[in-house]
Amino acid sequence: MQFLLAEGARIGISLIGVIGLVSINALFLIWMERKVSAHIQLRPGPMEVGFHGALQTIADALKLIGKELITPEDADKLIYLLAPIVMFLPVLVSFIVIPFSPTLLIRDLNVGILLIFAFSTMAVLAILMAGWSSNNKYSLLGAIRSVAQTIAYEIPLLITAMSVIIMVGSLKLTDIVAYQATVWNVLFQPLAFILFIICGTAETNRAPFDIPEAESELVAGFHTEYSGMRFAIFFLAEYTNMFIVSAVATVLFLGGWRGPILPPLVWFLLKVYAIIFLMMWFRWTFPRLRFDQLITLGWKILIPLSLANLILTALAIKIF
Amino acid sequence: MMLEKGIEEKTFYLNLGPQHPATHGVLRVVLEMDGEFIANSEPIIGYGHRAHEKMAELRTYQQYLPNMGRVDYLHALAYNQCYCMAVEKLTGIQVPERAEFIRVITSELNRISSHLLWFGAYLLDLGAFTPFLYCFDDREHILDLLDRITGSRLTYCFYRFGGVPVDVDEEFIAGTRAFISRLRSRWNDYDTLVTKNVIFINRTRDVGIMTPEQALKYGVTGPNLRGSGIPYDIRKSEPFSVYPLFDFEIPLGERGDVLDRYVVRLQEMEQSLRIIEQALDKLPEGPIMAEKVPKRLKPPEGEVYTAVETARGEFGIYLVSKGDVKPYRLKLRVPCFSNLSVMPELFQDVMVADAVAILGSLDLVIPDIDR
Repeated sequence: MQFLLAEGARIGISLIGVIGLVSINALFLIWMERKVSAHIQLRPGPMEVGFHGALQTIADALKLIGKELITPEDADKLIYLLAPIVMFLPVLVSFIVIPFSPTLLIRDLNVGILLIFAFSTMAVLAILMAGWSSNNKYSLLGAIRSVAQTIAYEIPLLITAMSVIIMVGSLKLTDIVAYQATVWNVLFQPLAFILFIICGTAETNRAPFDIPEAESELVAGFHTEYSGMRFAIFFLAEYTNMFIVSAVATVLFLGGWRGPILPPLVWFLLKVYAIIFLMMWFRWTFPRLRFDQLITLGWKILIPLSLANLILTALAIKIF
Repeated sequence: MMLEKGIEEKTFYLNLGPQHPATHGVLRVVLEMDGEFIANSEPIIGYGHRAHEKMAELRTYQQYLPNMGRVDYLHALAYNQCYCMAVEKLTGIQVPERAEFIRVITSELNRISSHLLWFGAYLLDLGAFTPFLYCFDDREHILDLLDRITGSRLTYCFYRFGGVPVDVDEEFIAGTRAFISRLRSRWNDYDTLVTKNVIFINRTRDVGIMTPEQALKYGVTGPNLRGSGIPYDIRKSEPFSVYPLFDFEIPLGERGDVLDRYVVRLQEMEQSLRIIEQALDKLPEGPIMAEKVPKRLKPPEGEVYTAVETARGEFGIYLVSKGDVKPYRLKLRVPCFSNLSVMPELFQDVMVADAVAILGSLDLVIPDIDR
């Protein structure tokens, strides 16, 4: 009985904590993206609401709450309503295993990394649902593109993660961090790190791989018909997804929470946001790839490279 | 085609526009799609029709001048110039040389601002946001300069029959010289940020190839034609104003693809800078208005055709006068209409992403087509 109570309280607190983190993270990231893009583009960005526009996202969120929720007349209503939820829930689940610091993690599962990858793949299902149910040709084209490109970046993503996993010999995220007590994995696996960042950017559907929602081609892609908070949830999911991909990259390659002087949590967040900054930098610098070019890149460059890296890693482990 | 029982392979129709981020105006393109590929396409125009040609018949010659800033609002001064040239040719007004120089300087500045805007908007089509802001920053300097002497930032109505109403001052000349060196120092940034970017080259190389035959068949002019390797530029082939006095080149493409049209436009900006530089050096003293231009202009009976090279190609005015204060008939030969008509051929069997890249590379101004 006591165990159940304790477990219940634990779940409740974790859930509140995760939702709080997700919201604050999204608020911060949207503000950060606007500021980063503004400074890259020689302009100040939001300045009016709060200190240097820090509260701008809150104002925007309030506006979105007040917007009408439009459902297209011929939409497949159930799927249309479910799509944002299916998009958002897996993202939430991934937080269970992310180790923010030695003590701050919800569950230290021994299949941690697998769980994150399994759930992040579900985003494609949500995109397909949204694109199909909207009964809009642009949305449908966006959804088709999204499904077609999934394989192109998810296989190399998994293979690069694998080369770290066979080094460590565990799928547990805390084990992976513990392994990097002296040297970060990025020094052993520089190629894997680069591949992981490229695939991770594609995983989050961000420029130069923002093909499913390519604004100048497909208006807004799969979420063209979504308005108000339903649109906001897609937005929230995108930014949370960025956080998760960067967190995984931090754990796999940058030693997780490890670092001198500063507390572990600070180190972890610093590394995560540094990777996110890198992804923002990509977005505001590069033009968009064409859909078939991404698939070519995935199949002809990323997959062979990641496989070669995996084999080399395996050989090196066998020899040393 | 029947693939399996119950499964039929079908094409579907997709409306690109009239409200779509890639059309940059109210152009509608009906695409017959086979998956991501375009099987057929048809542009539908006329959403922005304002009857500019008919308006000419209802206004006096002077009253029609502001219309010329609103057909192609991005290179309005070339349109101003063409209309003034037509009326001057009809009435036999001699324009003083200083006025011609001022016309060339301002028109070339306007051409650069038009190309800069195209450059930014085109990169926006390809999914790169930042160059847009960079070139708007540069373009802002031109707008400030032109604002100084013309009084407007976009829809210019500056030239008059017989010259220009306002002379350039020292500050304008100094500002223009400063702008020339500023823009020259920016080419390197543009090259490293965009032109040498692998993704950009992959998106544009061998995409939307327009053969010289196709270009000639549809009457394509301007950088689109020169991108296909045909050296036709009215400033050289049928020189008007004082262009023969200046030394400049016509940049040409080789393959006629999207990248060639892009490169031609970038090089044209540099050539325009050269023209402006020479014009500033050679700027003669003298009057800026012809003497004795009547307030109530009544050109003699007759008809003229004048053409200028705008940022988008050949713009011509065919003007018929019956000796009245109003034109009898005025026909506008706009470049974008012909440049658009080649589009369905270029759209054949390309992907939507390429279609956007091709449409952008044609540099269409929709009010110019609809006029």
